[in-house]
This record gives sequence, C-alpha cells and structure tokens, in this order.
Amino acid sequence: MTAAADGGPLLTAAGLSVTFGVGSSIAARLRHEERVLRAVDGVDLEIRRGEALALVGESGSGKSTLARALTGLVPLDKGEIRFDGRVLPGRRKRADQRRIQMVFQDPYSSLNPRLTVGGMLTELLRVHHVVPRNEVKSFSRELLGLVGLDDEALAAYPRQFSGGQRQRVAIARALALRPDILVADEPVSALDVSVQATILNLLRDLRAELGLTLMLISHNLAVVRHLCDRVAVMYLGRIIEVAPTETLFSDPQHPYTQGLLAAIPKMTPAIDDGGPAIAGDPPSPLRIPAGCRFRTRCPIAQERCAREDPALLVSAGDAAHSAACHFAFSAAGATAGPAGAGPAGAGPAGAGPAGAGPAGAGPAGSAAAGAAG
Amino acid sequence: MLEVRDLHVQIASRRGLVRAVDGVSFEVIRGDALGIVGESGSGKSMTLRAILGVLPAEARITAGQVLLDGQDLVPLRQSDLNRIRGPKISMIFQEPMSALNPVMRVGSQIAEGPMVHLGIGRAKAAGRALELMRRVGIPDPERRFRAYPHEFSGGMRQRVMIAIALSCDPEIILCDEPTTALDVTIQDQILRLLAKLCRESGVSLVFVTHDLPVVAQVCQQLAVMYGGKLVESGPVREVLHDPRHPYTLGLVRSAPDFDNVRESLVPIPGSPPSLVTPPDGCRFHPRCKFAEEDCLVTEPPLRQLPGGRATACLHYERCIESVEAERSAQ
Repeated sequence: MTAAADGGPLLTAAGLSVTFGVGSSIAARLRHEERVLRAVDGVDLEIRRGEALALVGESGSGKSTLARALTGLVPLDKGEIRFDGRVLPGRRKRADQRRIQMVFQDPYSSLNPRLTVGGMLTELLRVHHVVPRNEVKSFSRELLGLVGLDDEALAAYPRQFSGGQRQRVAIARALALRPDILVADEPVSALDVSVQATILNLLRDLRAELGLTLMLISHNLAVVRHLCDRVAVMYLGRIIEVAPTETLFSDPQHPYTQGLLAAIPKMTPAIDDGGPAIAGDPPSPLRIPAGCRFRTRCPIAQERCAREDPALLVSAGDAAHSAACHFAFSAAGATAGPAGAGPAGAGPAGAGPAGAGPAGAGPAGSAAAGAAG
Repeated sequence: MLEVRDLHVQIASRRGLVRAVDGVSFEVIRGDALGIVGESGSGKSMTLRAILGVLPAEARITAGQVLLDGQDLVPLRQSDLNRIRGPKISMIFQEPMSALNPVMRVGSQIAEGPMVHLGIGRAKAAGRALELMRRVGIPDPERRFRAYPHEFSGGMRQRVMIAIALSCDPEIILCDEPTTALDVTIQDQILRLLAKLCRESGVSLVFVTHDLPVVAQVCQQLAVMYGGKLVESGPVREVLHDPRHPYTLGLVRSAPDFDNVRESLVPIPGSPPSLVTPPDGCRFHPRCKFAEEDCLVTEPPLRQLPGGRATACLHYERCIESVEAERSAQ
C-alpha cells in the first residue's frame, strides 16, 4: 500500500527473551510451578528502515513486552538488540534512547498532569539537547503543527484536551527527539471510533512526511491492514508468522494466524454456523506447552507437534514470508499454485468449516515439511 | 414484546443536568436481536440500564415508558422489579470479574437465581446449573462447578455470566458490551454462543456496543445513538451498507473495515456534543458535512422510511447520494 521499505535492517533483535519473576518462591515450589513468566521467549525480529511493521497477537502474547524491550524500557533476559549494526548495551546511553521512542496506549495516564504541553516538550528538548536553547520554543511549535495542534496548546494542561488530542500530544512528545523508530503500542484502542481514524491518518502522514520507521502494536487487524507493510504475529511470547501485510491476509500459513483472521468480526458476516475459529483459551505464559506452543488449541496438531518445537522458517517460494509450523508452506511452492486458494496445507484450520479437511492435508503437510526441514 | 417509548434519563452532576437519554423509542420483537451502537456518552448504556431499573444513584428516568408484554416497568418498586429481573429480563455486563461474586462458588452463583426466583430446591437447582454450564460451553462442568471466578479465564467468566443470565429462562437478555474486554478469538467464541442461544431458545437480545462489525455478527436490527437520541434504525445489513444518517455514514467510513481497505479513513470532525447544553436543532449538525440552515434550528424527528427503517436526518437523501457516488467511483 505504502512505499516499500527502502533498505536493510535498522534494528535487529536476536534470541530476545524477557522474563518476570512471579509470586513467592516458596508458594511456587509447593505448587510445582515454574516461578518465571516468560513474556518474550526467544524472538528474532528485524525492523527495516522506513517500513511500518505491525506486531499483532492476543493479550498475554508478549507484544507489549517485546515493544518495551526494544525501546529499552524493560531489561533483557537473553539475546541482543542491534541498532544500525551496533549492539545496544543493556543500559542505553541518552543518545541511543533518543533513537527509539514510544507512544503508549492510554493518553490519560501517559502524560504528566502537572506539566503544560510546552513544559513537557521544553524539558525533553533541553535534557536531550535536541535544539539550541533559543530554538526550543519555535521547535515546540513546529512539533505541535506536525501533529495538527495549535500554538495555544503549549500553555495547556493535558486535562484540557480530549482523548484524541492527548494522543496527538503524546505523538509530538515522541517525535520531539527526532527518533528513527516510533513504537506505537495500541495507540487508538482507548479512543472513540470516530476519533481513531484521525490518529491513524496522522501516523500514516507522519511516516510519509518524516520517513519514519513505525512499529505498531495492535490487536485490531483491520487497523494493521490499513497502516502497515509487514506483520509479525505473536503467540505466547514467540513470533509464529511474519509476512508482508497482503500476503499474510491472503495466504496465512500458521493455523493460529488463520484462526485469528477468521475470528475478526466483519461488516458483512459470512453465513456459517460452524464452530469458533479457534477453540479454547490461550495457556498461561507460566505454563507454556512443550513442543509447539499452539498445539493445545490447534485444529491440525499431531503427535509430532508435542515433541518438536517448530522454528520460524522462511518459505521456499517467498523469502519475505516465514512461519513457525511443521505444516506450513506444505505445497512447496508457497505463494504460487494454480489452485488460487493457496497451498492445500492452509485449508484445514481455514476460515470456513468446510476446509480441505485435516485428514487430507495432514500427511501431505508432514511430508512436505519434512523435505523443507 | 419489549417496547421503549420516549424514554428520558437525566443525571445530576456538578455541571448541571445531563440529559443522557433524551426521548428514545424502540421495540424488540420476540426472538430478535437488536444492536444499539454509539460512542461513549451517547446514552446507549443508560438506555439499557433504565430498562432494568439499575441506573446509578444520580440518574433517574424523568419521562417515558418501558413496556414488557404491555406492562410498564418504570413505575414499579424495586421489590416488584425483582420479580421481573431473572425470569423475564436478565443482563450481561462488560466486566464479568466485577459482576460476579468473588467469594462464591461459580456453580452456586448460577443456581442462586432459579432458587430465589423460581423456588426450585437446592439439589435441583444445582443440576440445572450443571446443565447450563454445559450449554454455554464450559468444559468439565462437574469440576468447574466448585471453582471460584478468579480461577476462570476472561472468556470462561463471560460464559458463567451468560449461564447466570439464562438460568431463569428469561425472555430478554440485555448485553452491555459483553465482548469488549475479550480477545478477538474469545470474542468470536462468545458471539457465536450468543447467536446460537438466540436462534435455539427464542430469547431476545438487546446488545449494546461501540463496535459496528460485532453487531453485524449477532443482531438482525440496529439502532444508532448519538448525543442521547436515536438517529437511525433498521435491519443491520441495510443500515451498515446504506446508511440514512450522516452520523452512521461517518461511523462506517471512519472505522477501518477488514474486508474493504480504504486509501484513507474519513474521520468525523469535532467531538461529541455536551449533554448539559446540547446544540440547538439537530445535535449532529456541528459535525455534519451535509448540514444546512434548517438543521441549526429544527430538531429532526425520527421519521419512518420504507423497509422497516427510520432516520432522524432532515436531508438523508444526501447520504444516499454520497454512498452511490462512492460506489460508482470504485
């Protein structure tokens, strides 16, 4: 939809893990439970210069934690983050902090209620020496203009703004440091429907205007489809599929992605009285299933899935598309294929209840996956 | 079966009297699902709460009728309403964790309604609760019967809420954003469950949400609220695809639709009206691109249109033209 990313990786995450300690160790020992919550559990991800990358997943999938880890807001447990080819240290220097900035979900709690917008921006610009002191005021005005607010906003407190305007202030604050990457964590989900569009359009325009690299975290796939070039799907702390937006929506490979797409309420609902797109609840991140972590809810899970944890593998036919499922890309050619409906292996979980049927796809899938692996 | 006539709800606040619901009328036919859509502050939740007489302390119904099978519920005392709540009308809330009793076993909470309202004995009520848990898709009900709400996931808690709402065989279930707090795959499960219950048991739903596609999944009828008033109503599909009110049109165009990717979303300019001092004339006119001079002074009534539809726009033909222009451009 938008201009393609124009280059190599700007940020590369390798083997990223973030864990949190939960509860007391004694209680954990008594209940024979692992005491650590693996919020992000071995993530490899690349953000290319100039692209808009979406991170989608359900609550508890670790998408916000991953975003915070990339921004440097939570310490890493394992793995490394490279920015512009250089490994970022655990404790970032101020100059590095500037490069990745974040916009939070709730503009009611993410702005200091005791500071005027002008005060907020001035403090930031001075601490980081973004512009010479005598230009702080004019640069602040410029920033507000960029997000579509008047100069009068400089003297106003956050409480004087509506939700949409507050989110604009939050975006201006993030842009104040001239970041390379803007990470937006559910930037519109706290806003009313009619206001969401203004913020989404603003993000899209800012990208075009400033050549910003955007990472959008969202549970709303319609928003993602509107704004992003590439999508990474997370499930229980792992990225399970990555593809260009349109490829992901037209030819999803992972059964979870297929279910997620089928579960979205549509304006024109398909008439089907079949079962739900995905049954059951996601397991707790305290008890991640062995083998494939999706197998407990997967419609095509087999014995092998309980034994082997599938790696995120690139499709043989499409280098931009990868998935972490033993049965992905089973028709070898991936995107090609005269059937049009995508590879046969994509059928079973599929949107409709009348898919290709797991029986037919299963064996074919395992054979092909065996060859690919 | 349920008919709301000219309902007015006012809330006393420091800034003055808030006219949260200002003359809303609609009816729900047996076995039908009606969706009420609007933004925060449109009065949709207040309308729902007024039906069941569970308004917050500062709010009161100042005029109008809520007719259930011909009987007006508005003048009833709480003790009389208690005979209606449960066997006739029940409600599902947005946040099951705060609606359920945290220190009472789930099974007992489901069994409580039939014991109190229908006078069924404890053992029989427990059997009924088990059956309900099975019906709403709670796996392993015998074990889960003795669990507490905190042991359940969000989706399972909402299933418990639905089981409680069903426990006294009501004619109508009022749903206040029942899936807003849930993930999309869980939302899908709950919406399918509600649609199935509606189909199989003939219970009617009134479904309040801000999410247009969600309404399209479950409801046959749609009512759109803005600034405390009903601005458009009709069959879901027709209203969403051929809006007859500029606000509905604005909602449809500003929401990213999964099936229909637009180059640019068209936001509705401005912000919702104050309900203390609402604008004169049509409440939507300050944000409406079709507004003309008469919209500033004339308060538009809800007019009936062919096909079971209704609109409160003086110039709804402009919506038709706008939709047609967009279609031919594509």
